[in-house]
Amino acid sequence: MLEVKDLHVTVEGSEILKGLSLTVNAGEVHAIMGPNGAGKSTLSAVIAGKDGYEVTAGSITFEGRDVLEMEIEERAQAGLLLGFQYPVEIPGVKNIYLLKAALNAQRAARGEGEIPAPEFMKLIKEKVAFMKMDTSFLQRAVNEGFSGGEKKRNEILQMLVLQPRLAMLDEIDSGLDIDAMRVVADGVNSLRAEDRGILLVTHYQRLLDFVVPDKVHVLVDGRIVKSGDAGLARELEARGYEWLLEETAA
Amino acid sequence: MSDVQNDVTRFLDRLAERAASRGPEPTWIAARRQAGAARFEAMGFPHRRVEQWKYTDVRAIARGDFALATDGEFSQASAAALTLPIEAHRLTFVDGVFSAALSRLDDLPAGVQLLPLSQALVENHEAVGGPLGRLTGVEFSPFSALNTAFMEEGAVLRLAPGTVVEKPIILQFLSRAGEAPVMSHPRILVEAGGRSQATVIEHHVGEEAATNFTNLVEEIMLDRGAILTHYKLQEAPLGDLHVASIQVEQARDSRFTSFNLNLGGGLVRTDLVADLNGQGAETHFNGLFYGQGRQHVDNHTLVNHNAPYTFSDENYKGILDDRAHGVFNGKVIVKRDSQKIEAYQNNANLLLSDRAEIDTKPELEIYADDVKCSHGATTGQLDEEAIYALRTRGIDEQTARGLLTLAFAGEVMEQVDLEAVSERVELAVAGKLPERFNLAGLVETAVALGEQ
Repeated sequence: MLEVKDLHVTVEGSEILKGLSLTVNAGEVHAIMGPNGAGKSTLSAVIAGKDGYEVTAGSITFEGRDVLEMEIEERAQAGLLLGFQYPVEIPGVKNIYLLKAALNAQRAARGEGEIPAPEFMKLIKEKVAFMKMDTSFLQRAVNEGFSGGEKKRNEILQMLVLQPRLAMLDEIDSGLDIDAMRVVADGVNSLRAEDRGILLVTHYQRLLDFVVPDKVHVLVDGRIVKSGDAGLARELEARGYEWLLEETAA
Repeated sequence: MSDVQNDVTRFLDRLAERAASRGPEPTWIAARRQAGAARFEAMGFPHRRVEQWKYTDVRAIARGDFALATDGEFSQASAAALTLPIEAHRLTFVDGVFSAALSRLDDLPAGVQLLPLSQALVENHEAVGGPLGRLTGVEFSPFSALNTAFMEEGAVLRLAPGTVVEKPIILQFLSRAGEAPVMSHPRILVEAGGRSQATVIEHHVGEEAATNFTNLVEEIMLDRGAILTHYKLQEAPLGDLHVASIQVEQARDSRFTSFNLNLGGGLVRTDLVADLNGQGAETHFNGLFYGQGRQHVDNHTLVNHNAPYTFSDENYKGILDDRAHGVFNGKVIVKRDSQKIEAYQNNANLLLSDRAEIDTKPELEIYADDVKCSHGATTGQLDEEAIYALRTRGIDEQTARGLLTLAFAGEVMEQVDLEAVSERVELAVAGKLPERFNLAGLVETAVALGEQ
């Protein structure tokens, strides 16, 4: 589904990713862990298409398409969706505007017509309820004045409405209390499906108690230095990253 | 003869023609006309060396040759398409001429007098002569002088003390695409008695190809405790030229709320002045202007805090695209003994194109020492971070920009109580956005959700 090959990325002249390779297949949940500054957020930003990241070598393909050749919105329309670590506040743009415009853009890309209003209403009300949010929140501006937890719930809500083929969640667990963590984790788990890939980027193992990954990768200094199953995450929690850094340096 | 004199003469010739066809008038009107014409002749059209007109070139008006409309015919069907869908009392003017057929005055509540100026003059011209011109005289500007020389028609609204008018009062000005451009000089007089309440919507709209000149003067007098909400919804055709001078006099504890919503017109200049003359008087100026193509929109506002314990709050937002030019000049004057007043002012502008231009100037003159005042002006582009965030959801860049522009306008529109007006403006802003992606549909969805 997603194939990243020997990816080299520089930001403002310094190389952040130094030959990263990763394959995510449909039906799998992958977690990328690593110490601060390893390049975790760079990876998701490059896949989403953020400005300021220069790919100097390597490739990213998504279902056979060259992601680096696609516009930002085309990537999302194709089902490659990023949940932000720091969701942006968009004053004045109501959540409902965002959700409907995004859903219709995706449908248009598939050659489908706009979603009928009653169907849309039913869909979002159901998803809002699932995320334990109040419908009044749909009339509020995107993320404006939201608490950290509300912002993260909102990211997951967008995922639930847009049903991506591959969901990338960048530090979705940061800044969450335990109740919010459960709701967010339930949301992520509900996204698990045979035809969908999920890529979690996280610093802590905490989230992985709730969303058990199929594969765990450790990113250190721009490269994946170790891959394993959920057990690797627990080992990292117990031992920290130091031993891996030493192992890598050796 | 110079060009400038030619321009003035051309307008005064029209006045002479009109005088010849007009019957005898009360002496006070004839005298005012004469004073207006003399003042206009002495001043000529304003040029850009005058500070008040520094950024606005009125040559498109000065060099025009405008006749005066002689009838107010307008098809019912086309008028219906232009009229605001609001249950309201309504006076309609077509190129300045009163149209009884397009007006609705049948169910005015007790205590309300709403009638065309011509009729008010016939019924009791002295009752008009007293207040008319008291706030806006011929000295205010060359345009107020010109209006005074030509004034014939307009609206008179009188509210008896304590009268509360439930339905809005619409003053509708229709501009026709005739064979030759015409001008009109509407005169509006509002006298709101103590503790009366009303909403007045001044709506300018017309046929797309119209190229007329409207020169309006409006005087609003609020007695003690009167509450008036005033909309100026400017949706005139893009070829129309429009100058309006609106002056408000506020007695103790009165409240005036203005919504100056400017979407249409090729060249628009609005002067809005409030005199806060009694303690507890408050005024709110809300403005939104959207310019595209080569539209020019100039808003000059002035609040005079003439009494202590008065309050003013002003928030103007401008959106300018293409080669549109916006001007905002907001002045607040606090008199020497006007202690404990509060005056707030803000102007934010959004430039959607490199060639769009805004000239913004807040001016505070404070002669009292115990006051709370603030002002601010910002001009910027759309937030690129937000555009990126929207694009990562599959929303194309044009639509993302459209959503953010609509959002920018939203802050002013949230203050609007009349949904028919706010929806109309939101739809207009959404519809004017380049290559829109059914934003109108989005607005409708949000409205539908709100109604559930």
